[in-house]
Amino acid sequence: MAETHKAGAFDIRNVIGGLLAIYGVILTLMGLFGDTETEKTGGVNANLWAGLALLVVGLGFIAWARIRPIVVPEHVEPVSDDPTRPAPRKKPRSGH
Amino acid sequence: MTGGAGTGTVLDVERVVGVVAAGAQSLVEGLPSALPAADTLIQANAVDYLILAVYFAFVLGIGLLARRSVSDSVDFFLSGRSLPAWVTGLAFISANLGAVEIMGMSANGAQFGIPTVHYFWVGAIPAMLFLGVVMMPFYYGSKVRSVPEFMFRRFGTGAHLVNAISFAVAQLLIAGVNLYLLGSIVHALLGWPLWVALIIAAIIVLSYITLGGLSAAIYNEVLQFFVIVASLLPLVLLGLRKVGGYDGLKAKLTQVAETAPASAGVPPASQQLESWPGNALTGFDNGFLSVVGIVFGLGFVLSFGYWTTNFVEVQRAMASESISAARKTPVIGAFPKMFVPFLTIFPGMLAAVLVKEIVELKQGGSPAGGASGEGVKYNDSLLYLMRDLLPNGLLGLAITGLLAAFMAGMAANISAFNTVFSYDLWERYIRKDRSDDYYLRIGRLATVGATFIAIFTALVASGFGNVMDYLQTLFGFFNAPLFATFILGMFWKRMTPTAGWAGLVSGTLSAIVVAVLSEGTLGGLSLGVIPLSGQGAAFVAASTAFVVDILVSVGVTMVTEPKPASELVGLVYSETPREQRTDPNEETYPWYRRTVPLAGLALGMVVVLNVLF
Repeated sequence: MAETHKAGAFDIRNVIGGLLAIYGVILTLMGLFGDTETEKTGGVNANLWAGLALLVVGLGFIAWARIRPIVVPEHVEPVSDDPTRPAPRKKPRSGH
Repeated sequence: MTGGAGTGTVLDVERVVGVVAAGAQSLVEGLPSALPAADTLIQANAVDYLILAVYFAFVLGIGLLARRSVSDSVDFFLSGRSLPAWVTGLAFISANLGAVEIMGMSANGAQFGIPTVHYFWVGAIPAMLFLGVVMMPFYYGSKVRSVPEFMFRRFGTGAHLVNAISFAVAQLLIAGVNLYLLGSIVHALLGWPLWVALIIAAIIVLSYITLGGLSAAIYNEVLQFFVIVASLLPLVLLGLRKVGGYDGLKAKLTQVAETAPASAGVPPASQQLESWPGNALTGFDNGFLSVVGIVFGLGFVLSFGYWTTNFVEVQRAMASESISAARKTPVIGAFPKMFVPFLTIFPGMLAAVLVKEIVELKQGGSPAGGASGEGVKYNDSLLYLMRDLLPNGLLGLAITGLLAAFMAGMAANISAFNTVFSYDLWERYIRKDRSDDYYLRIGRLATVGATFIAIFTALVASGFGNVMDYLQTLFGFFNAPLFATFILGMFWKRMTPTAGWAGLVSGTLSAIVVAVLSEGTLGGLSLGVIPLSGQGAAFVAASTAFVVDILVSVGVTMVTEPKPASELVGLVYSETPREQRTDPNEETYPWYRRTVPLAGLALGMVVVLNVLF
């Protein structure tokens, strides 16, 4: 059994969740303190509702990633090159 | 080796700084002309720009982080693999839910209404299910990883060269469409002339490709899906509320259609609100021919051609851990895809009743303004609807989603061009056996060159009022013959190498001839001999290309020498062993995790949707 670690920040769910939650906060604040422009939206505080919904979805993604984290093996087989369509070979990383 | 990599990194940084500085400088220099902001189509404020900035900070930051981190983007790929299948399915869809789709479908929705759903329910779902059920096991088992690779191994040099050149040209033209749409948003935001906006947009994309790299592109693709849904959903809900629900929309559409002067050529409301027979979309007077055009031209040739040969999407699915998972990816993707039209077509239809400029355009007027600054077009429907309905804040979110989609789309076109140009054309046919660094340099030059050329192909694209017309015509030229050759070569082992390239060439040429003979499909180049225009002409051109390709391939095969069967293992269906194509575990899963029952469910739902609308 190879050594493993959690994907953490690279877990796509954390990325999605983080971005949506930030947008949720911005839009909620706009809805509470900004110009609601109800003449455009037809009387709905669109920013507030969209902001709250984004906040819920974003936090949901983050919670999901916390509850069921993804485990990545420490050593991964490199992707094999396609012989008929050579791509530049990957240089070994300089461990900085 | 370490020293070499280090130098490369330093050079990268210098180049990146140079690109960013050039971008910033042009921004500052352009600023005075942008000051009369009252003229712009969209009035964004600081919060909108903040939302935009957060997005790019996120995507680029993660790209840089992933580069530095020891585990690299491998984590991302692996997390992608171990995620539930619905996330892979979403990634599969978001690789396709690009800019062109959003703007093109809303333009179509504004112009034709409900028949646009054919692009989804006839023109995508069946092909996606076919891909999952029939093609995916073959791809997975045969280890074919790209279309040029298949062409080379199956038919040899001739077909490979033709395919590589036509693919490279197609990418440049489609990159132009993306760049044009990107430029039109920049214009709408800042009010600069289109050509300045195009150059700025090109610089932005170049710096995005160089700064972000592949990992940023992948994150961008998935994030963009959520941002777009988060901005389009409120737009549709607000719009529907404003017109009084779907019934209100129907009533308003009918009213607009009835009050339009006959000269405007607005399709009657009944045609705009029923998906079949879709005369408005195809431009055919005869309902039966219209159905044939949609089912054969769009549903079979264009759509199957697009989905089965589009390896950008196929590769998303092949990254999964088993044949079973790879097969399910497009099938699961079909479920969200079914409901995408409600987010893309409805904004167009809403714009056609709520936005005064689009209403005027639809009634035969030519209102001034528009995203390009050269008069309102159907392409502008979405931007106008955003202007009229979204408050600052949500507006920024919508702009961010669109910009992200256009950049991702264009970056994908440019890097696809880059790969094919450097390895399939330059290395194989022009300069063989040079160092990796040499080809990397060629690749960089190709990226800059392609971005530069895209500015001109964007000007070509700007000549079309509805980018969907243009795009479907291009697909007819490039995808339809490719699909014919691909499918024939895959299932018919006798097909010869000569037939491979001869079919491709004759198919593409015949599609071009049809486009030139039709009305306005190629702008000024079209002669108008065949009384067809718009997307109907594109469907006919694609169908012609398909039929001509098949006929020429069969004819040429009869008089030329086939390849020996031993060279066709893994390339022709009948020569690929069955155990390479099946997953032994498939039978043990419950029905909702098996490909075929899921595909059946998706098909059933599409039939129901077709009956409802």
